[in-house]
Parts: sequence; C-alpha cells; structure tokens
Amino acid sequence: MKRPVAVGMILLGVAILVLFFLNLLLGSVSVPAGQVWKVLWGGEADNAIWQNIVLKSRFPQALTALAAGAGLSVAGLQMQTVFRNPLAGPSVLGVSSGASLGVAFVVLLSGRLGGVALSRLGYMGEFAMTVAAIIGALAIMLLIVWVAQKVRGNVTLLIIGVMIGYVATAIIGVLKFFSAEEDVRAYVVWGLGSFARVSGGQVMTFVAIMAILLPLSFLLVKTLNLLLLGDGYARNLGLNVRRARIWVITCTGVLVAIVTAYCGPISFLGLAVPHLCRGIFRTSDHRVLMPASLLAGAALALLCNLIARMPGFEGALPVNSVTALIGAPVVAVVLFKRRREDTGE
Amino acid sequence: MKREETIRIDGLSIGYTGKHGVKTVSEGITDTIRSGELTCLLGENGAGKSTLLRTLAGFLPPLAGSISILGKPLKEYREKELATVIGVVLTEKNNLQNMTVEELVGMGRSPYTGFWGRLSAEDRRKVGASLDLVGIAFLRDRLVQTLSDGERQKVMIAKALAQETPVIFLDEPTAFLDYPSKVEILHLLYRLSHEAGKTVFLSTHDLELALQITDRIWLMDKGGGVHIGTPEDLTRDGSLDRFFNLADREKRISIHFDLNP
Repeated sequence: MKRPVAVGMILLGVAILVLFFLNLLLGSVSVPAGQVWKVLWGGEADNAIWQNIVLKSRFPQALTALAAGAGLSVAGLQMQTVFRNPLAGPSVLGVSSGASLGVAFVVLLSGRLGGVALSRLGYMGEFAMTVAAIIGALAIMLLIVWVAQKVRGNVTLLIIGVMIGYVATAIIGVLKFFSAEEDVRAYVVWGLGSFARVSGGQVMTFVAIMAILLPLSFLLVKTLNLLLLGDGYARNLGLNVRRARIWVITCTGVLVAIVTAYCGPISFLGLAVPHLCRGIFRTSDHRVLMPASLLAGAALALLCNLIARMPGFEGALPVNSVTALIGAPVVAVVLFKRRREDTGE
Repeated sequence: MKREETIRIDGLSIGYTGKHGVKTVSEGITDTIRSGELTCLLGENGAGKSTLLRTLAGFLPPLAGSISILGKPLKEYREKELATVIGVVLTEKNNLQNMTVEELVGMGRSPYTGFWGRLSAEDRRKVGASLDLVGIAFLRDRLVQTLSDGERQKVMIAKALAQETPVIFLDEPTAFLDYPSKVEILHLLYRLSHEAGKTVFLSTHDLELALQITDRIWLMDKGGGVHIGTPEDLTRDGSLDRFFNLADREKRISIHFDLNP
C-alpha cells in the first residue's frame, strides 16, 4: 500500500474513534467525558442514569450508525462500479423499496386485517417490522437476480430495477390509502430512517451480521476492478461477466436488505461516500476504495447521527435529512476542488 | 521472424441467433492466420466486421464451421485460459476516472494475478516492458481521463501486450484518430507482428494506409462474402478495385469533412 493511502486510512480510523466517542459523550443529557470513558472500559459510572444513557442508548445507537454507514457505502460503491454509473446507489435496484414494501404490508395491513395496530405492539412490533423488511428486500433482490440472468445489458437491468422500485412505491401508496391514520404515521416514521430504533439485543445481531457480510464483499475487489474496464475487456481478461454481476448484486442486495430492515431507508450515504473516497484517494482501485468507503461511510454516519441528536433537536431530526444536508455539501466541495486541480486552475 | 499458423478458420458462418430466427452475417470463411503477420479486415459499415471480430474473440458463438487457435478449438478454451491466448482492443469506451496508465496496463496482467489482483515484481516488469514497446513509458503516471484518443488507444494496446497473448484482435483501432496518429498506430501494430511475433488482426476503414502495411487482407462485403488474400492477390482478381470504387463513393460524400482536420 502506498504511503498516502495508508495515512488516509489511519486518519479515517482516527476520525471514527473520535466521532464514536463524541457520539457517546454528546446528547440532551450531559455526561462528563471522564465518566463516559470509564463506562466504555467496563467501569461503573458514579450515577446509574449516566451508566444507562451511555450503555443502553448512546452506545447501541453509535454502533448501529457505524455498521449501517459502512454497509451502505460499500453497497453504493459496488452498484456504481457494476453499472458504471455515478448516480447509482444502494437503493437503485429497488431493494430498499422492497424493504419498505415489506414493512408497509405488516404495518398498514395488520391494523386492517388483524384488528391490532402494530404500532402499539412495542418490541414485538419492531421485530415483525425487521423481519418483514428483510423478507421484502430479499424477495425483490431475488427478482432482480433472476432478471439479471435473463438480461444482457446493464442499462436494461438498471431500468428494470428502477421500475420495480416504482411499482413497490405505488403499492405502498395504495396500502396507505386504505390504512388507519396511526398506522400510516408509524410507517412514515419508519421511512424517515433512524439509527436509534435498534434496541439493545438487536444491535448485537445487526452488528454481527454486518461483521460477516462486509468482509465477504471484500472478496469481490478483483472482479470489481475488472468490471471498471467495461464488459468486453473484463470478459477478455477471463471474467465471467454475467456471473460476476449476479455475485455483486447479491452482495449489495443482502447488505442493503439488512441495513434497511434495522434502520429504515437511509438515503444519500451510499451514493455519496464512494465519490468522496474517489476524491480523497484519487484512485479507482477497489483494493483501496473498498476499505476507504467502509471507513468513510462509518465516520460520516456517526457524524450525521451526532448532528441529528444535537441539543435543540433532541433526536427529533430524522437521519435522512441530516445525511443529505451534511453529505451533499461535503461531496460537492470535494468534487469541485478536484475538478479545479484537474484543470490546473 | 518465423511464421507459424496460429488461427485456423474452417467454413465459418457468423451471425446472431435471436427470437426471430437466425441472422447470418457472413458464411463460408476459410483461412489460416499466422504469427508475425498483420491482417487487416476491411469492409463497409454494416458488413459485419465487428460481428466477425466478436466471433473470433469468443464473445459470440459461430453459427457453423470451426475456429481453432494454437491447434485447439476455440470453444474448448475455458475463460481464464482464453484470456492468456487472445487480447483485444475494442471500440468500447470506458469512462475510466482516477486510474493511471500504469494501473490500466496492469489490468492486462489480471489473468496471471492471484485472488486480490496484486501485481508481483515480475508483473510490474512486464507492464513496464509493454509500455516501452508501445513507446508510452513517459505516460506511466498520467490519469487515463487526461489522455488524447491516440494515447488512449496506445494504452489499450499496451494492455493487450501486458496480457502476453500470442493473438491480438483490434476493432477499428484507428477510428477517431488524426492522420499522424493513424499512421503511428498502424506502424506500431506492424512492429508488434513482425518484430514481436504477435498474430495481429484488426478491422479498419483506412484502406490506403492498411494496404501499404498489411500482409493479408480480408475484404468483407455486405452481400456476405469475404475475399481473402495478399494485397497483390486481391488487386489481381479485381475485388480490391470493386471495393475501392465503393469506398470512393463513400469518400466523396465525406470529403468536405476532411478539409479541416
């Protein structure tokens, strides 16, 4: 690894550590930094409330943000490479719409059919939503993989993915129309996305799943590098392009399905972070971009979570708004600066 | 340079199999192509040059007949193995960003690298040698998006060289280039065949240039026939003349574009 790359990675790693600690430190209740540090290393805080806030609320939230940011960014990078389209993101194939559809079915129909508003079920309701989201997302992903086997062109596949997304959104619209108001509200809140929703026990499951999936996606770096050259060249260099495409789509699909199931549809991060990393590291080599996207995604998600929770907002600010509000200018600045360097101005 | 038979084509028919049956583009092609030779494929637009190249490169199955490369039928090659036998330069535009020339040429080593695609010292040496052979070593650290069309074409040729394949197919490598670059590219390909012993097969629209430099010509016409021979052969039997007349007509239409290069 070249030295600037190593330095960049280390800086990203440090940024993650700092942001993670800030996530534990800052919030509506002020906890002294020393106490947070103590709790983090397994000690007892002087005040049981502080202990609870840090361990039961802030820690799981920060872990969720970290894992979700990493997962979405890696997924976005993979989609941009497979479709050779800078506007592709993790949601481009309709997988996150699938998750929304799953949740919509459960949230909106349960009130109608079962007579119980799911939004009142608490923990069981949360669990049902997660399962529904995973089922919905994986169903759409399988559909896309099936289509990918039939269709040759990338653009065709991309359009079909977008169409599937539209159909899912339309079905959700119909479901909303026939649902009770409070259920619609529960669904809308889910759709805003949040890193805070995942509760204690589920966080570990979520993080464990991501810890298995993310390294698996690293196995695709050579494939992704070859896909950059275009289908013809990739094939001539010994890559089975169709099989490669299916692998990458499956990998992305599962990542997006899991993240969406636990955090709701988080927009923007997955689209922006790969661009950010290309801008910072000035490379298209996935051996660099993959770990860089993972780290930068985790860092940016932590930053967004921190801002969403800033005093005054009291956790009321939806993560989705923050990701775009913070992310868009950052990406624009990086790209703009790079363009100026390229033209030598 | 010793000339050995590398590609044998026997009764080849090319075309597509689609929903509406089979569309034959050309049939009955028989020839042998030897190492150390430059073969130019000439033909009007739509005559099927790209289809032929795609078939020869194994991207498209032949409708009938056989192709064998280095004595082994093309269809018996596994993907990985074929990648070490045929290198291609395509018209496909890849909008590569932030990749250096050296990295792109290094991609040609992919069939030989391991799971992560890391280049060994030996791979790097071969990449360097390919850059030298094409004469673009000074471009090594440039980003691909900053290159001119001619330079980019040379980079893709260097990629094919780094791939170390005995056979190189090129689809219109001189298209979109200015005249000096066209000459340069063709001269480079001539050197690669005659000095480095590669089997070079390319399609082109630049008749006059091709005729001066090529060892063999494949003339493809829209009727589906392919005339094969040395430039002298094809001049003698009149097929080149017929083709020139056609080409002249095309050129008269486009001549005013050439006035402002």
